[in-house]
Amino acid sequence: MSRERPDAGMQKLPAGVHWTRRVGNRVAIGACVLATAIVVLPLALLIVRLLESGLRDLSLDFFLHMPKPVGELGGGMANAIVGTLIVVGIGAVIAVPVGVAAGVYLAEYGRERLTTVVRYTADVLAGAPSIVVGVAVFGLLVVPMGRFSALAGGVALAVLMLPTIVRATEEVVRLVPASYRQAALALGAPSWVATMRVVLPAARAGVTTAALLAVARASGETAPLLFTALGNRFWTTRVDQPIATLPVMIYDYARAPYSDWNAQAWTGALTLLVLVTVLSALMRVATQRIR
Amino acid sequence: MTPTEPPLIRTEVPPARPAPHAAEGADGSAAAEPAAHLAARGFGLRYGTHAALSDITFDIPEHRVTAIIGPSGCGKSTFLRAFNRMNDMIPNVTTSGELRVGSLDVTAPSTDVVSLRRRVGMVFQRPNPFPQSVFDNVAFGLRLLGLRRGAALEERVETSLRRAALWEEVKDRLDRSALQLSGGQQQRLCIARCLAVDPEVLLMDEPASALDPTSTARVEELVLELKGRYTIVVVTHNMQQAARISDRTAFLMQGRLVEVGDTRRLFTSPREKLTEDYITGRFG
Repeated sequence: MSRERPDAGMQKLPAGVHWTRRVGNRVAIGACVLATAIVVLPLALLIVRLLESGLRDLSLDFFLHMPKPVGELGGGMANAIVGTLIVVGIGAVIAVPVGVAAGVYLAEYGRERLTTVVRYTADVLAGAPSIVVGVAVFGLLVVPMGRFSALAGGVALAVLMLPTIVRATEEVVRLVPASYRQAALALGAPSWVATMRVVLPAARAGVTTAALLAVARASGETAPLLFTALGNRFWTTRVDQPIATLPVMIYDYARAPYSDWNAQAWTGALTLLVLVTVLSALMRVATQRIR
Repeated sequence: MTPTEPPLIRTEVPPARPAPHAAEGADGSAAAEPAAHLAARGFGLRYGTHAALSDITFDIPEHRVTAIIGPSGCGKSTFLRAFNRMNDMIPNVTTSGELRVGSLDVTAPSTDVVSLRRRVGMVFQRPNPFPQSVFDNVAFGLRLLGLRRGAALEERVETSLRRAALWEEVKDRLDRSALQLSGGQQQRLCIARCLAVDPEVLLMDEPASALDPTSTARVEELVLELKGRYTIVVVTHNMQQAARISDRTAFLMQGRLVEVGDTRRLFTSPREKLTEDYITGRFG
């Protein structure tokens, strides 16, 4: 038994904290605040600019009326608003079920070899420039059909939505505790029933977020629509016809040499932003209601 | 069934109730020698090349509580899970020997796992209610069987919750999320969920080890109440619990059956040195 005091041999620690530490702390916090500001700033600037320029021409007419011919003032983008809803809707109807199913497959059933291939494919697809997707769909769909169409636009957007939905669904389904699945199987549920009734509902919030994110991103895509949906100055809801969409219309109006078109492009941009936000909010509420 | 070691079934002590507070089950009498309900014959299980269980042979009597004890990693959970083929989910598992539920050969490839699992319910170590309402949790298995809605469904849900001694606590909040219940309530809900599909056998894998003492006591009482209707197999590492709730106890070590017998006999006069060392706390 040693009778030494426990602190014998240990150097005495300074009572206070050295000033460099306090300064270091301030600098680190300051850097974080600055970085946060840099992240928020673009969005803030974007919204301010959109409101500033977009609100000027905003009126009910903009939503209800068709584009006027060049030289005539007024008119709206009713056809493009509805067109965007149709094209994005087609894309979502294709991409959400397929993407969710593939994501579930990767998370729950996939065997080593195949999942690696699917996952890699999804990642490559996610990295594919959207204009490349547009050109590809042009070759695969527009050329054989003989015309631009809402359908081709929807397919192009679906291809862009897919990778996000697949990978995000896989991630959130993986997060569902294995015990849920076990409990369902132990109750005599076949594997697919366990997935559909227990695992997917448990991952619902995450899957919804994934789908919304993908749909929202695709709603603003312009390049793939140039080659597929093309645009249309007239009213149509037919999916086999060229159709106007907000992004393409904004692109056309913003480049046009007429100041009233430029102004309308701002209003269109504001509309697109609000549309995506409202749609996301609505769908989120709807999916939460289902439980 | 011809038990290979019949002398161990209630030779010395008739219906032993080891624990002083143990409430008598619904069956009460327990005079007649119960028939074997589950049986293992030279059963072995491998994870790849690692033998997790080898040459296990014993019977589990009907409408009794059988406890399986043993040190961590002895294979007791694996053995339990073999009875409703939950090990199927683990890749590279191979079995040998025979495992029976009644006359059904559990490990035969032709055995329908889904209907096997309906006969043999399972309660897990951690309460695992689905993130759904209390009602939907209990109704889950019934809906699988085609009972979708209506009075018949509600009645069965209520009966199951009553049997699991949970009805009084949840009857006013059947539509609330099951995750809002306490841990002990969740575990009883999981038991109710199992009972709803009317299994013959309840496998319980350390059903109280994640619960506080009060909830543990409630689950133990529940086990004693339920044994009149179901054959119950409980895996536990808590020897006091095995002594309190079980009629028979099997002691496993390193994947082998060391001893099996009447619980009181096994705890008071173990035949094997290993059993004695384990229950007196010399290891494990």
